[in-house]
Amino acid sequence: MSARWLTGKIAAAVLTLLFVIIFNFFLFRVMGDPTEQLARLPRATPEEIEKLRGQYGLDRPLLGQFTDYMGDTARLDLGTSQRSRRAVSEEIWDALPWTLLLVGTGTLIATLLGTWMGVKAATRRGKRTDDALLGFNLFTYASPEYWIGIILILVFAVWLPILPSGLQMTPGAQFESFISEALDVGKHLILPATAMALMLIGQYFLIMRSSMVDVLTEDFITVKRATGMRWDRVVNRHAVPNALLPLVTLAAIQFGSVVAGAITIETIFSWPGLGELTFQAINDKDFPVLQGTFLIFSFGVILANLLADCLYFVLDPRVQGR
Amino acid sequence: MTARAAVNILIGSWRGRFGLAVLGVTVFVAIFGTLIAPYDPTASSLDVLQPPSTDHWLGTTESGEDVFSQLLVGTRTSVVIGFAAAFISAVLGSAVGVASGYFGGWTDRILDSFENWFLVIPTLPLMIVLARLLDPSLGVLVAVIGLTSWAGTGRIVRAQVMTLRERAFVERARALGAGDFYIIKTHVLPNTLPLIFANTVLIIAVAILSEAALSFLGLGDPSRISWGSMLENAFGSGAPSAGAWWYVIPPGLCITILVLAVVLIGFLYEEFINPRLALDRES
Repeated sequence: MSARWLTGKIAAAVLTLLFVIIFNFFLFRVMGDPTEQLARLPRATPEEIEKLRGQYGLDRPLLGQFTDYMGDTARLDLGTSQRSRRAVSEEIWDALPWTLLLVGTGTLIATLLGTWMGVKAATRRGKRTDDALLGFNLFTYASPEYWIGIILILVFAVWLPILPSGLQMTPGAQFESFISEALDVGKHLILPATAMALMLIGQYFLIMRSSMVDVLTEDFITVKRATGMRWDRVVNRHAVPNALLPLVTLAAIQFGSVVAGAITIETIFSWPGLGELTFQAINDKDFPVLQGTFLIFSFGVILANLLADCLYFVLDPRVQGR
Repeated sequence: MTARAAVNILIGSWRGRFGLAVLGVTVFVAIFGTLIAPYDPTASSLDVLQPPSTDHWLGTTESGEDVFSQLLVGTRTSVVIGFAAAFISAVLGSAVGVASGYFGGWTDRILDSFENWFLVIPTLPLMIVLARLLDPSLGVLVAVIGLTSWAGTGRIVRAQVMTLRERAFVERARALGAGDFYIIKTHVLPNTLPLIFANTVLIIAVAILSEAALSFLGLGDPSRISWGSMLENAFGSGAPSAGAWWYVIPPGLCITILVLAVVLIGFLYEEFINPRLALDRES
């Protein structure tokens, strides 16, 4: 039964991805006129455009183009960037580690801090602490993450110039060792990762808080209390592990907003990841790159959802029964 | 659920009063902003990046425009796009949700996988791609945001309609020979409307943030000032490194306060329908 459940989930994820790939083709070939994209050379003659169309295979019937595209995508050939003339897959490959570093650090901070604040607020519900935490988190939840990023730059890079306002490392610097390079990257990571964490923290907090409030009213907590167990032990050992479960689903749903945050925050801090790549592609109308990043972002979100389902499956025995 | 009860919960808590007050002021400014604005928001002057003064309450931009006037005039874009996109999203979401929940079977299977797909696809990249392919304008932004944000509503409506379909009063109507559209119109929709409404309020917040993000990325309507495009110009002209706080803080703060107001009203309304969600409920 359980193996079937898992296979079904994986099949659904693969199908969704396939659908994205097909959608991607039609979106860019049908909605955006490819000749218009190609005729970026000023005063391109119709013959030249025709030649370009031939080079890109755009003069062939749509079905032929479609099978070509599917074949290329399967071989991870995502076309060539119109700006840098490099392979899109290469550009994505270069940018990916930076995005993973930023998103990973931000998510880690947000999860730890968000859950911790959620537990604090739930156990002190209706008190001052709760109100303050609720206010702070609702504010960060409602504010645009890139605006928070700009304010961080204003405060920590302009008024108190203690941190760099952008880039991933000091330009042109020669590093003696890996450690000094890592420290330099770490220093550049602080502000963007903080902006990313502040963007996510509100959601984690709100879910953790309401989940804790729910768990704390359950009978087994009352029973544990009645046995004379210390209150903080009841909270930490019995309430928190149970309240963490909804967070797993949230982490997956959140991944979409993580992607959005990567785009805007990387733009603010000139962080050389996938988001910055997307932003450049928007400005240059570099459609192959835009298509590539859209594909990789969708892939990331689908994968995150699948992983969350699997994790849920492991953590919650009730799902396995189904 | 009566309208009076809804008004009572809104006025009865500070969160509701805050939300309503902000919403009232914002809508007023959205309508009359162009009349109140002390300057032409696009009139440049030689007073470049000046801090707040009695002439310019919130200082000036990189080309000497009045920040306060831009803020007032830009309100309309956020409000129009927020409400219009949320409306489209609500109509789409309820249509798909009702059809899929009520008719079931293959209709449901197809619509549901469609919905699932929209739920999984990262919204901002999809919006970016659509907005880049089409030429950015107010209408395009409304359509793009509306078309990409309906899936959540659809999912919730579908679940509600599925339970309604099995309820006795619907079965009775069907037994009496009522047609599908009659049942949907008189029994299903009225009982789903509060849910649709609560969800739509939250989508207004999403739409306002999406418009701001798209405008910030340079995909806004170029002929209109919005809070997002103000942030784009401020950032693009290096206002943060020039320390021009009067230029970068107000637009973001306006977005935050408006979104906060909408979210608080949305939460209150959700709690009213489903008291289990209450932020300050008694246990």
